[in-house]
Amino acid sequence: MHELSIAMQLVDVAARAAEDAGAERVSVVRLRLGALSGVVRDALEFSFAIVAADTALAGAQLQIEELPLVIYCVPCARKATLVGISSFRCPSCNTPSGDIRQGRELEIVGLEIMGAGVAQQQPLHP
Amino acid sequence: METRLLAIRAGVLSKNDELAATLRERFDANGVLALNFVSSPGTGKTAWLEATLRALVQRGQRVAALVGDLETDNDARRLARSGAAVRQILTHGNCHLEAEWVRNHISAAGWNIAELDYFFIENVGNLVCPASYDLGEQLRVVLLASTEGEDKPLKYPVIFNSADVAIITKWISPPL
Repeated sequence: MHELSIAMQLVDVAARAAEDAGAERVSVVRLRLGALSGVVRDALEFSFAIVAADTALAGAQLQIEELPLVIYCVPCARKATLVGISSFRCPSCNTPSGDIRQGRELEIVGLEIMGAGVAQQQPLHP
Repeated sequence: METRLLAIRAGVLSKNDELAATLRERFDANGVLALNFVSSPGTGKTAWLEATLRALVQRGQRVAALVGDLETDNDARRLARSGAAVRQILTHGNCHLEAEWVRNHISAAGWNIAELDYFFIENVGNLVCPASYDLGEQLRVVLLASTEGEDKPLKYPVIFNSADVAIITKWISPPL
């Protein structure tokens, strides 16, 4: 269970980005979570709510986009999306592949921020 | 109060990853081989390292090792018998090591990376959480004892997939 430690770093990174943009509050955090990230979604959501309290992210919604594992298959010369993470074989030709093209992501891709003047550059609701 | 969408692209573990990259550059620049040993508790990380450190020290190699555990310095005392420089990291409940602790303990121990040939990290015995944390190693080594269940790589794919080397430390011979 290292999701608490992940959540602390998540809040830290998001709070700093929000502050740099002049925000007072963050209402939404958008996260991409790969199947091979080693992070359990439920545990992260639970930890996030606790860690976010008393920060600019208090009460923020954590929107998680889960990304399946994608490998590149050399014989088929194309990428293939896999179900689960226990087999790394191409679903078409059954050849194993170690060329992982997606699935390790653990990254913040966007925030919805609130504050006086934050909407000047890029209005969310024009 | 106004609202807007702020597009960013930031790794959640970017701070750890940056520290790890800095450590790896220092190891590379000084020709030090840095290895991060990961396994479940009881697979034999300490036994493997004790023998490896002793063999390296006997050949005149300059070796240092950090060892992570929740409690006790038993493992550091075992590894120190090899004659290598060893320091225990007590995590007090944390299930993994992070790059910052590795950096801080290297500096607290007073080790000069430029004066080492090998640097070993014995991670906390755990096949789950250490997978997420780059410690600046050049190679991640995962140990597997088939006596604990030969299907560990299937049950813990993240750590086995992220490892550069896998070592089988114990196995049961098939009945003759």
